[in-house]
Amino acid sequence: MIKPDRIVTTTCPYCGVGCTLQLHVQDDFIYKVTSPFDSPVNHGNLCVKGRFGYDFVYHPKRVTTPLARRYLLEGKPKPAGREQVFAISMDGNPISNSQISSLWDWIPTDWDTALNLIADNLVRIYQRDGSDAMAVYCCAKATNEDNYLLQKMYRALFRTNNVDHCTRLCHAGSVVALQQAIGSSAMSNTASQVMLNDVFIVTGSNTSENHPIIALQMKEAVRQNGAKMIVIDPRRIELVDFAEMWLPLKPGTNVPVFSAMAHVIVKENLINHEFIANRTEGFTDFIESLEKFTPEYAEEISGVPAEDIRKAARLYANAKNGAIYWGMGISQLSHGTASALALIHLAFLTGHIGRDGTGLNPLRGQNNVQGASDMGAMPFHYPGYMRVDNEDNAQKWEKTWNIEPNGLSRKLGLTTTEILSHAHEGGVRALYIMGENPMMSEPNLNVTREHMKELEFIVSQDIFINESGAFADVFLPATPFAEKEGTFSNTDRRVQRVRVAQPPRGQARPDWEIICDLALRIESQLGRETVKWDYSGPEEVLREMASVNQDYAGITYDRIDKVGLIYPVPDLNHPGTPTLFTESFPRGRGKFIPLDYVPVMEEPDDEYPFILTTGRVLEHWHGGTMTRNSALNEAYPEARVDIHPADAEMHGIRNGDPVKVQSRRGEVVLRATVTEKTSVGVVFIPFHFAEAAANLLTNDVLDPQALIPEFKACAVQVFPAREDDLANPEVEVHRGRY
Amino acid sequence: MSDIDLAPLIPAISSYIPMGRSGLLPALHAAQKIYGWISEPVAAQISRSLNVPLADVHGVIEFYSLFYNEPIGKKVIRVCTDQACALKGADGLLRHICGHYDIQTGQTTRDGAVTVEASPCLGLCELAPAALVDADAETNISSDFHHYDLGRPKSIVGGSIRLLTASCGNGTTSLGQYGKYPALARALGKKPEEIVNEIKASGLVGRGGAAFPTGIKWEGAAKAPGTEKYVICNADESEPGTFKDRILLLDDPHRTLEGMAIAAYAIGASQGYLYIRGEYPYILPVLETALNEAREANMLGENILGSGFSFDIELRVGAGAYICGEETALFESIEGKRGFPRVKPPFPTTHGLFGKPTVINNVETLGNVPLIIAQGSVEYRKIGTEKSPGAKLFCVSGDVSKPGLYEVPFGVTLRELLAMAGGVAREKKLESVLFGGAAGAFATPDQLDVKMTFEDLRAAGLPLGSGVVMVFDETRDMRDVLKRLGHFFAHESCGKCYPCQMGTQRQMEILDRISQGKVITGDLIRLQDVGWTMTDASLCGLGQTAASAVLSAIKLWPGMFNA
Amino acid sequence: MTITLTIDGQEITAEQGKTLLDVARENGKDVPTICFHEATTANGLCRMCVVEVEGMRVLQPACIVEAANNMKVQTRSEKVIRARKTILEMLASTMDLSEAAEVQTMMSEYGVDINRFPDAERREVQVKDDNPMYVRDYSKCLLCWRCVQVCADDAQYTYAINFEGRGYETQIGTFFDKAIPETTCVLCGQCVGVCPTGALKPKREFLLEQGMSPQEISVLNTGRKRRRDR
Repeated sequence: MIKPDRIVTTTCPYCGVGCTLQLHVQDDFIYKVTSPFDSPVNHGNLCVKGRFGYDFVYHPKRVTTPLARRYLLEGKPKPAGREQVFAISMDGNPISNSQISSLWDWIPTDWDTALNLIADNLVRIYQRDGSDAMAVYCCAKATNEDNYLLQKMYRALFRTNNVDHCTRLCHAGSVVALQQAIGSSAMSNTASQVMLNDVFIVTGSNTSENHPIIALQMKEAVRQNGAKMIVIDPRRIELVDFAEMWLPLKPGTNVPVFSAMAHVIVKENLINHEFIANRTEGFTDFIESLEKFTPEYAEEISGVPAEDIRKAARLYANAKNGAIYWGMGISQLSHGTASALALIHLAFLTGHIGRDGTGLNPLRGQNNVQGASDMGAMPFHYPGYMRVDNEDNAQKWEKTWNIEPNGLSRKLGLTTTEILSHAHEGGVRALYIMGENPMMSEPNLNVTREHMKELEFIVSQDIFINESGAFADVFLPATPFAEKEGTFSNTDRRVQRVRVAQPPRGQARPDWEIICDLALRIESQLGRETVKWDYSGPEEVLREMASVNQDYAGITYDRIDKVGLIYPVPDLNHPGTPTLFTESFPRGRGKFIPLDYVPVMEEPDDEYPFILTTGRVLEHWHGGTMTRNSALNEAYPEARVDIHPADAEMHGIRNGDPVKVQSRRGEVVLRATVTEKTSVGVVFIPFHFAEAAANLLTNDVLDPQALIPEFKACAVQVFPAREDDLANPEVEVHRGRY
Repeated sequence: MSDIDLAPLIPAISSYIPMGRSGLLPALHAAQKIYGWISEPVAAQISRSLNVPLADVHGVIEFYSLFYNEPIGKKVIRVCTDQACALKGADGLLRHICGHYDIQTGQTTRDGAVTVEASPCLGLCELAPAALVDADAETNISSDFHHYDLGRPKSIVGGSIRLLTASCGNGTTSLGQYGKYPALARALGKKPEEIVNEIKASGLVGRGGAAFPTGIKWEGAAKAPGTEKYVICNADESEPGTFKDRILLLDDPHRTLEGMAIAAYAIGASQGYLYIRGEYPYILPVLETALNEAREANMLGENILGSGFSFDIELRVGAGAYICGEETALFESIEGKRGFPRVKPPFPTTHGLFGKPTVINNVETLGNVPLIIAQGSVEYRKIGTEKSPGAKLFCVSGDVSKPGLYEVPFGVTLRELLAMAGGVAREKKLESVLFGGAAGAFATPDQLDVKMTFEDLRAAGLPLGSGVVMVFDETRDMRDVLKRLGHFFAHESCGKCYPCQMGTQRQMEILDRISQGKVITGDLIRLQDVGWTMTDASLCGLGQTAASAVLSAIKLWPGMFNA
Repeated sequence: MTITLTIDGQEITAEQGKTLLDVARENGKDVPTICFHEATTANGLCRMCVVEVEGMRVLQPACIVEAANNMKVQTRSEKVIRARKTILEMLASTMDLSEAAEVQTMMSEYGVDINRFPDAERREVQVKDDNPMYVRDYSKCLLCWRCVQVCADDAQYTYAINFEGRGYETQIGTFFDKAIPETTCVLCGQCVGVCPTGALKPKREFLLEQGMSPQEISVLNTGRKRRRDR
């Protein structure tokens, strides 16, 4: 029996649930993960990623040496045609496998050289082209401290707001809607409060696979407490087995369905008069806009029977404690903001918000996307959701960061997708990518690739060379969660500790340290007074941020040593705030915003008769940087397209057959899974697998307000293919789970 | 495997689908009827149709001896090798049959025609040696193996009084012969509380072995809150040496059904279950006919006799698990699960089948109910003794001249009973009597004058149990008897609680060794420690009585256990 | 509401609604448990926590029985000691307890003779290594039921494992013995998290114990999975 040298308590690096992990370490090797049964977040339960998926930390492909392209190190001009080079062999040593020119080879170097190369090039481009040429992708997996410092560096040093991260591709629609209607940008209650719901709606979220521990709590609420769950989703997700009702709507028809529910609630006088009168505004205009959203109208558009819409509406409205939990199916649409607003209206009409066991609860995906957003890693907001185009806000931060008056940019910055589409002469020239993988997670990857190639200078700060880092000019090896200190903020707004379990491998360094080191060099080249980069530790970073962002004011490492605190924590004695909006909303009253039905941008037609919707599977995480380099990949080694049995039969496709899925923008070849998990006319592909990247097919059309792409609906056709067409025909997934 | 045709399965299980999980055992029985065994695709289909998780379906198939997840022969011969049949040459019979088909015990002939198995007690002890051939009882098998009775087993009924067995011994009593439930009609004219009080006043206690006052049980369920209540007849008679319920149900089924209906009226139940062991397949047609007769005559169903009281009975068949005779394990079985007993409290009268108030009674107990209601408790109490009123059925088997079912009033002595059964056979001397069943104790010749009442037997340290009286003459090796008891309990332990799961195994291993003459120092203490641990700490009655006979033998014949 | 009862001669006041186990432990009385776990439903099946309650013939499982007014409880009576000692001796003769530290502590406390049953049939099963995350070594399984429960209604609602066989032959198993990846198992490892004996163990831990080095373990899952015939 092995006895651990130490057991380190930390927070899971995968999803927004933020489970408590205990890493068992011997000889600097984590060999086991357990979880305390009294953890208020997950009660000792974990999913396959949290319990077993930490092994990517030790994968031989992990990069632990700074790397730079040969052309840079040898001072040669950059060769034409930016080449994607992965260049790490199984034993972890860089090898050159450049096809175009050996000048693109990755060469290991030292930190000084690498950081100076970066400083030199970033400053050069900045001084030549100005702030608009600079852009940074912050990281929803990195800590609060890492993100705060990176957005600070770009705002303070390069005076740009071209700061964003993958929330843009995720809950941007939800956040913008919440900001407009409520003035907030997070779950209003906590996930564990599902135990207090008697009715709850789960929509656009395959919770069992993407927030597994929240799904457990939902199942417990149904089975032990008799709660009634309404699933509104085009796919027959696993939660349907536990649901009272399943409304299988066509992808992209959220607004008519939820508005029809609102219509029923109003017409049948199930509204909460007191709540509407005291806590909301705009009701009268809103009712008018609801007139056309009859259940029959919604049925015609969405395919959901009108009677079911009525039943669902009544169930939710008549509940004592009703709540709504939602995911990407709401947000990732060209009308994602409107979709989320349609949900918010339901809570306003019924008063199912502002009390324990109710709420509007967007389930945040990444382990620290809530935190990264809180840290202002976004183009329109400083930390604490303070708008950059607001004079007071800018001045506050100028003071905090020791910047001359009017130094900070008051101009709204570009979002992730816009940053890429502006990658051309006269636009964005230099991109810094911390722990993100746009080459897998942005829509329309063929075009994304072109944009990436247009960039003049790219830095990748990561733990592996992924599909995006493979385009970079300089690669900085950062430490994963197990090798750094800091905090993550989970989807419940709970700020929790991340702790070092073992020293950084090789020459890897914690992200926040890298940023400070780099920032000092940039400052010195720019000849400016220092903004402050000499922190004694990550806690000092957090405290600096909390000095302005009042939500975090009362959070210290000491206070969250055993259990995280749920912000807002306005002072050092405050116990945290699980339930928000008990008295009022941040903007005062909740605002009803009339909506119209806008169909998805690319509806199916004769040439492309299927709707493609994309998403995730339990065993993998997003671009696959971590999970494809883990035993998790053995559990689920290949991409699959889900196709309904009726469609499969019509097209002569059997389970496991290779097929080509094609959209106007690209194509992939992968095996088919014939399953009732998807609906007739809808196919599903997870976006984790580089060899069959779903985002080659997706549409880069954006929601006008949130600027989030329409990942959840585009038009495709499915053709039979041959075994030889598959990237890896010898790999096949065999999983008995649903 | 892929050539299993699922087409006949769907219609066969369609009536069980609305039951959900509770329809699992019936569905598995139906599937086995079609295919002979339960293959993976069949199990998967049942799992889908009934919405029971795959692993759970597998767990249920694995628990019950009569469900097979591997192909077995088209004909299955189950030869009983428990005590009563062993006395009549069961081992030799089994060897002979295996030899005839050229296979070992538990195997199937190569052409898939026949499987031969050793079986625990089949409830045919007075007709030993016995076997079950598919759904037929094969009894009184001669020592040259050529002569035997096949089909409905004989009912040999005697005794000094014939109340419960009034209509037994002469084929099945039809509804016309029984009468249209006169006691039920009488009961329906009274208030339910009056019925409960009448049963209380009668002093009737359970006849399945636990001897709990029936009236108190009914009162508990009647007073329990809720409108969903159940009455269950426990016909899972599997105690070695017991066959009384077999005869009662075969020959006089309406008596039990009427008893159930009266119970249901008394407690406010509208649904009943008759759970019968899977090793009595020949009784099923009789029960089905009786149920139909009763329904057609409005003795069961809606608005019985225009009273407004509705009650019907569903037949449920066990699948080879003695533990399912334990009341809470029986509930689990009806609910479609492995037969694991539940911790008590809570008790069935408040939390029984499906968690609802339930009265569960033995067949013989229910048989007493129409008598009590028809004649009244005062009249009823004229039989038997003050503390043990009424009559009792005794299953006499083994080395007696006239094995059979004997009905006597409480108070008759063991000597008198044995005399009725013709005394020890072949003019041998009496060695001992296994009293109460495998979960019983040994009576010796100096206890023959013990009056058979609850109080006298308790004082003599002899458990009444289910009324088993198994006689062993002086030629018998008691170590062989104990060995078979050991095997029985180890085979039937459900495996849930540690004392019984491991204790029955350890006990069996030691008794095996002792029966071969290989006693080790410390065996007596081992058996005592294991035995008392099971008796004191087991979760249910099976474990608590699994060492009862052994501990009794240790007291009587300690030399047997010393090295 | 409070109640008063006597445990080992000591009068104790407790809140109504607690089990004897909780009340005993809160008052410093050691009651051993094996199958009991804070995160699973108590089944009272190991019977180690049995105590003698005056007026009740059979020993009572403290983890389930609610403490009641005027109860008189003995946590260490002769019957209790005999039962616990024998149960431990039977366990020792049945399976591999080398990694069940708590059980071993109990065994020395109760003066257990691990060779009490020399002719005992032991549970010896080959290690099942059929998925990338955890191994199953049922030679170490003492059938506490926790894994089945957390896979079912106590946590995961996935129902991938259940029981095979009956009585002493009981073993934890999957539908028709399928390899774990082919069952409904989602590899969450809740079962691994509650196993008290190391019968369920993370594969990395297992491999380290088998003598593999961290480097060797780290390159294990870097190849492609071999294709299976369809």
